[in-house]
Amino acid sequence: MAGTRPPPNICVAPSNEPDFPSFSDTRPLRHLRLILQSFPSIVSVTVLIISIIVFGIIIGPHFFTPFNLSLVLQQVTVISVLGAAQTLVILTAGIDLSVGALMVLCSVVMGVLAVDMGWPPILAIVMAFFAGAAGGAINGILATLAKLPPFIATLGTWNVFLALELWYSGSQTIVSQNIFTQAPILQFFGNGTNIGAVRVTWGELLLFALFGILWFFLNRTAWGRHVYAVGDDPDASRLAGISVDRVLFSVYVVAGVICAVAGWVLIGRIGSVTPQEGQTSNLDSITAVVIGGTSLFGGRGSLFATLIGALIVGVFENGLALAGVDALWQNFAIGLLIVFAVIMDQQIRKLSI
Amino acid sequence: MSVSQDVPLLQARNLVKRYGHVVALDRADFELYPGEILAVIGDNGAGKSTLIKALTGAVIPDEGEIFMDGEPVRFRSPLDARRAGIETVYQTLALAPALSIADNLFLGREQRSKGILGRLVGALDRAAMQRRAQDELSRLGIMTVQSIKQTVETLSGGQRQAIAVARAAAFGSRVVIMDEPTAALGVRESRRVLDLILTVKGRGLPIVLISHNMPHVFEVADRIHIHRLGRRLTVVDPRLCSMPDAVAMMTGALTVA
Repeated sequence: MAGTRPPPNICVAPSNEPDFPSFSDTRPLRHLRLILQSFPSIVSVTVLIISIIVFGIIIGPHFFTPFNLSLVLQQVTVISVLGAAQTLVILTAGIDLSVGALMVLCSVVMGVLAVDMGWPPILAIVMAFFAGAAGGAINGILATLAKLPPFIATLGTWNVFLALELWYSGSQTIVSQNIFTQAPILQFFGNGTNIGAVRVTWGELLLFALFGILWFFLNRTAWGRHVYAVGDDPDASRLAGISVDRVLFSVYVVAGVICAVAGWVLIGRIGSVTPQEGQTSNLDSITAVVIGGTSLFGGRGSLFATLIGALIVGVFENGLALAGVDALWQNFAIGLLIVFAVIMDQQIRKLSI
Repeated sequence: MSVSQDVPLLQARNLVKRYGHVVALDRADFELYPGEILAVIGDNGAGKSTLIKALTGAVIPDEGEIFMDGEPVRFRSPLDARRAGIETVYQTLALAPALSIADNLFLGREQRSKGILGRLVGALDRAAMQRRAQDELSRLGIMTVQSIKQTVETLSGGQRQAIAVARAAAFGSRVVIMDEPTAALGVRESRRVLDLILTVKGRGLPIVLISHNMPHVFEVADRIHIHRLGRRLTVVDPRLCSMPDAVAMMTGALTVA
C-alpha cells in the first residue's frame, strides 16, 4: 500500500451556519417544540374540544343544550376555585394536600358561627377568611421556616384540619333550611339568574372574576413573576435577589384564603354545611391542575390551564353519566387522562433542556 | 501599564476566610482599576471562588477589608453588593428558563407602572421593561427584534450567557464580575461572548473575569491576577508574561521572584 497520503483539508469558514445573535430557527420539530413550550395548554384545550365533540356525537343534541353545558360548569365550580389555590402552590413546585380539608373547615366556621352561634353572617364569613389565611400560613411556615417538603407538611395539616372541622362542627351537618332562614348569604353563590333558558349562578361568575384577578396578579405584577421564577429555579431566584421564602409563604397564605372562598361557594353548591363533604377535593384539585397541563415540577402552567383541566373532568363525568356508563369508568377515564397529561409534560420539559 | 490609575475602584486587603480547618482565603489582596479587564486565574481550590464571593457579598470574610473608591465597604449579602453597583454573572447564569428574556433581565427588580395599579398592587410597567430590555440587548449587539418575549429555555447556551451578561451590564453601574463565562460554550459561541466582554468594557465598565481558559484570558485581560493557596501570588501583564509561565505560577511550578 504505497498510496499517497491525502492532502490535509483546506479550512473554509462555514458560511451558512446559524450565527450566534440570530434567534430564529426554522426546523419544523423545533418549531413544534417552541409552540408547545409557549402554549402548553394547546394540548388540554384540544382534549377538551375533542371530548366535547365525541360526547356530543355519542349522546346527541341533549349534550349540547345550554342547560347541560351550564350544569357542567356548575359541577366544576368548587373544584375550579380550589384548583386556583392548587395552581399557585404547584407553580412553586409544591403541592397542597390540605386544600379540601381547609375549604370544609372554613365552611364549618362560617356555618357554626352564623347559624349555631348566631353571629352576624358577614362577621362569620370574615372569620372564615381569617381561618383560611391562618391555615395557609401554617402550611407556609412549615414549608419555609421548618423546611419540610410541601407534600409532608400539607399531609400533616390535612389531617389536622380534618380533625378540627369534625370537632368544631360536632360532626353535625347544618341543614340547608336552617342556613336559609338564619344566614341566607352563605348560600349566595348557589343562587343566580336566568339568562334565557340558561341558569347562571353567582358562583360561576365568581369563578371567572377570581380567575381574572389571579391572572392579573400572576402575569402583571412582580409577585406573580416571582411565583413562576421561584418554582422554575429557586437558586436563580435567590441570586436574582428574590426572597424565596417570602414568596412561598405568601403563596400558601393566598391559597388558604382561596380555600375559604371555595368553602363559601361550596355551601351555595350543596346548600348545607357538611363536615363529611370534600373528602377527595384535594386530589380532585390536583387532577384539574395536572390535566390542564401545569407542570408538577413548577414554573410552568397557568390558571387558564386549570380551568380547562376542571372542564375536561366535568365533561367526562357528565358525558359518561349521560351515556349511561357505570360511574367506575369515569374514574378509569380520568386516571388515563392524568397519566397522559403527565407524559405530555415530561415530553415538553425534556425538549426544553 | 496603560490602564492603572491611582485609586482602585474595588480593592480588598488581607481577606481571611476559614471553613473549619480549611483556610480558603489566607490574607488575600485584590485590586481592580477603572476601565480594565482583570482576569483572576488559579488552580482548583486556590480560593478564587471564595475571593469572588467575598467581593460580591455571598461570603462574609473573617478578617480583612474591602474598599470601593478607597472607601471601606461591608457587604452582608449579594443584595448589598448589587446596590453598590457590583453585578455578577454566575457560572450557573441564575436565569429562570421558563420566563421570558425581558422577565429575566428584570428578575428581582421589576419596574412598576406609574399608574394607580402600580402603586396599589405592584402592577408592572411591561412596556417600559420590554423597551429597555430591547435597548440593552441591541446596544450590546446581541439581539434581533421581536424576540424579547421568547422564553430563555428556547435559547442556546451562548445566547443564555449573552442574556446574563446583558443583565449584569444593564444594572452594574460600577463593576461586572463574570464567573467562567465561556466554560460551557463551543468555540463560536465563546468568540461571541469574548466580543461581548470587550463591548461591555468599551462602555467603560471594568470587568473581573474568572476563567480557566488561558487563551481567552490572555486575549481580553489587561492584567492577570494569579491566585494560589488562598492568596494573590502576583499580578502579571499578559503582554509581558507567557501563557506557560502563568500556568506554571498558578500551579506552583514557577515561583515569583
